[in-house]
Amino acid sequence: MRDVAVISFAASGVPRESESNEVEIIVPVLREAMASSGLTKDEIGFVCSGSLDYLFGGPFAFVAGVDAVGAVPPIRESHVEMDSAWALYEAWTYIQTGEVDSALIYGFSKGSIGDVHEILTMQTDPYNLLPLWPSATDMAALQARAFLEANDLDERVLAEVAARSMANAKSTPYATRAGDVTVESLLAAPKVADPLRAADIFAGSDGAAAIVIAADDVARRVCKRPAWIRGMDHRIEAHNLGVRDLTRSESTALAGAAAGALRGKVDVAELHAQFSHEELLIAAALGLDPSTTSINPSGGALAGNCLMAAGLERFGEVAKRIWAGEADRGIAHATSGPCLQQNLVAVLEGE
Amino acid sequence: MTNTFTAEHALEYPGGYTRSVGPVLGRFLTGLRDGTILGVRGRDGRVIVPVQEYDPVTSDALGGRDDDYVEVGPAGRVITWSWVAQPRPGKHPLERPFAFALIRLDGADTTLLHAVDCGSPEGIATGVRVAPRWRSDRVGKITDIECFIVMADGEQPTPAPARTNVPDDDTEEGPVTGMNSAFRLEYKIPAGAATRRYLNGLAEGKIIGGRAPSSDDVYAASRGTDPKTGEPTSIEVEIADTGCVTTFCIVNIPGLSELAPEIPYVSAQILLDGADNMMFGLIRGCDVDDVHMGMRVKAKWADELKADHRSILYWEPTGEPDAPYEHYKDNL
Repeated sequence: MRDVAVISFAASGVPRESESNEVEIIVPVLREAMASSGLTKDEIGFVCSGSLDYLFGGPFAFVAGVDAVGAVPPIRESHVEMDSAWALYEAWTYIQTGEVDSALIYGFSKGSIGDVHEILTMQTDPYNLLPLWPSATDMAALQARAFLEANDLDERVLAEVAARSMANAKSTPYATRAGDVTVESLLAAPKVADPLRAADIFAGSDGAAAIVIAADDVARRVCKRPAWIRGMDHRIEAHNLGVRDLTRSESTALAGAAAGALRGKVDVAELHAQFSHEELLIAAALGLDPSTTSINPSGGALAGNCLMAAGLERFGEVAKRIWAGEADRGIAHATSGPCLQQNLVAVLEGE
Repeated sequence: MTNTFTAEHALEYPGGYTRSVGPVLGRFLTGLRDGTILGVRGRDGRVIVPVQEYDPVTSDALGGRDDDYVEVGPAGRVITWSWVAQPRPGKHPLERPFAFALIRLDGADTTLLHAVDCGSPEGIATGVRVAPRWRSDRVGKITDIECFIVMADGEQPTPAPARTNVPDDDTEEGPVTGMNSAFRLEYKIPAGAATRRYLNGLAEGKIIGGRAPSSDDVYAASRGTDPKTGEPTSIEVEIADTGCVTTFCIVNIPGLSELAPEIPYVSAQILLDGADNMMFGLIRGCDVDDVHMGMRVKAKWADELKADHRSILYWEPTGEPDAPYEHYKDNL
């Protein structure tokens, strides 16, 4: 296996971007990630993006993204119709082949132009589920209750996650919901999708995220303390919610074990939790101890969920802390699908 | 201002998607039409509802034999639920607030997601018994069950009412083999800065393009970047409304869009004077057989100009000598 590291990261996010189209959103983020990578465009071996046509409202959303990259002369490019964390996984795999030494990965969306909760329903079983139109939030709320009741917990634990997310997000420039709130004030708010309140449901975000990864000597040349990807795995569960055990995240547990998540201390974990109960479910599946691991110090996706970018941002947030020497070892997690159907876990380490 | 440059957009397919359901799902859906709920036995003997074609553990094909199917419910128990305070009209099964629940039907080992009509969140709890409220106009779809309702202690589920939509003639209906699913997603799409500059130009009878500082290439109707480099096209450039045809086709298919003229007509790529990319447009004002590569054309503007691409109605020949091949050979 080749050593591959995250060497740069940039992200943007606002609740509603009405001035810029997708290309105009992506460009400044790509340029920032490229500038801080220390690599030139010619040195990038592979470009991979994550986007979703249903969010864009038409086919081939990623083609707009190619205009932002500059594909003359033609570049090696690929795309996943998922969160760009999976684009990073593809790029990492490509680098493993030895064909290329670096990759630029990006994801973007403008969820504000449509109803993301409804759009995400389009990925469900079209025969027996889609005709009922359970929104992403409706389904998440089913899992939230199943999790709380199975563990004999009440909604206070959700509010605690939400309050911590908002407080942590104060230092994350691209977060869209940040501030100091008390658990009591959150619990006093009405429920939006019982048992979930508004603060338990992700804040929307229009924006983009970009990361550059590089292998071995290339990473060492341009980055003082590269965030090495030591292990990575992703697992998917059945699409039918009714055959799954929603009280736990088996796919996260398996991916975490395969990635070697607990083969060392975990200083920081950025978990792609779009609903407050998901953070608890994922942390439990990974066996994280909140007293020794800083969980979602950025505020996480709850504080600003740029769909297709939020999973990639988890890699960036862990890497940032490793570059700065604030952490030596961390876990980046990304999810996709209703009720944590798919989960990707990576271990990042500094030397 | 904002309204002018925000497009209302809907994603929908006329008539909806028509899906073949296959024999296993077809059996389940035929059961629903008959007012029954069927499960299928998995390899480990578990009864899976709704049916699946493949075992979730072993991926073996399921439902190949008649005795693989088991009638379940119709009553069951709520395993978990969530409250929908604001139903989505035209999408959600009920128009008044309701619960979504995962329901384990009697005799099933998995759960079915469906709506529960129970008035308020106080009307439901994990563990309560529920039973389906069936439609009478059943077609073989999960929505043949309008919703589930909470049962009182000792209450028995009400059987499905007789169908009111049975065909009058004597023809056998046969099993359900397909389903139609229509959907509509609505968007409000802002134009973005570069497109807004272009649209504003059209309202003044001008074609506005953009150029990146480090390049001489000018892009008509730029999307905001130089696609060669990804650099923002921050410099606004006015481009002539004249140019030449590079490549074109003669369309003989009627009704391709609401804006399409009567067939035959010509769609062309037009290299504008002063631009380095092509614009798409219709060529009119001459016989379709006279259109050719290099032909010089000029925009025909609408009488009333708007910040809308329809301000250019079409392109018509100017009668000038053709542009030489050298002029457009790199734009083909």
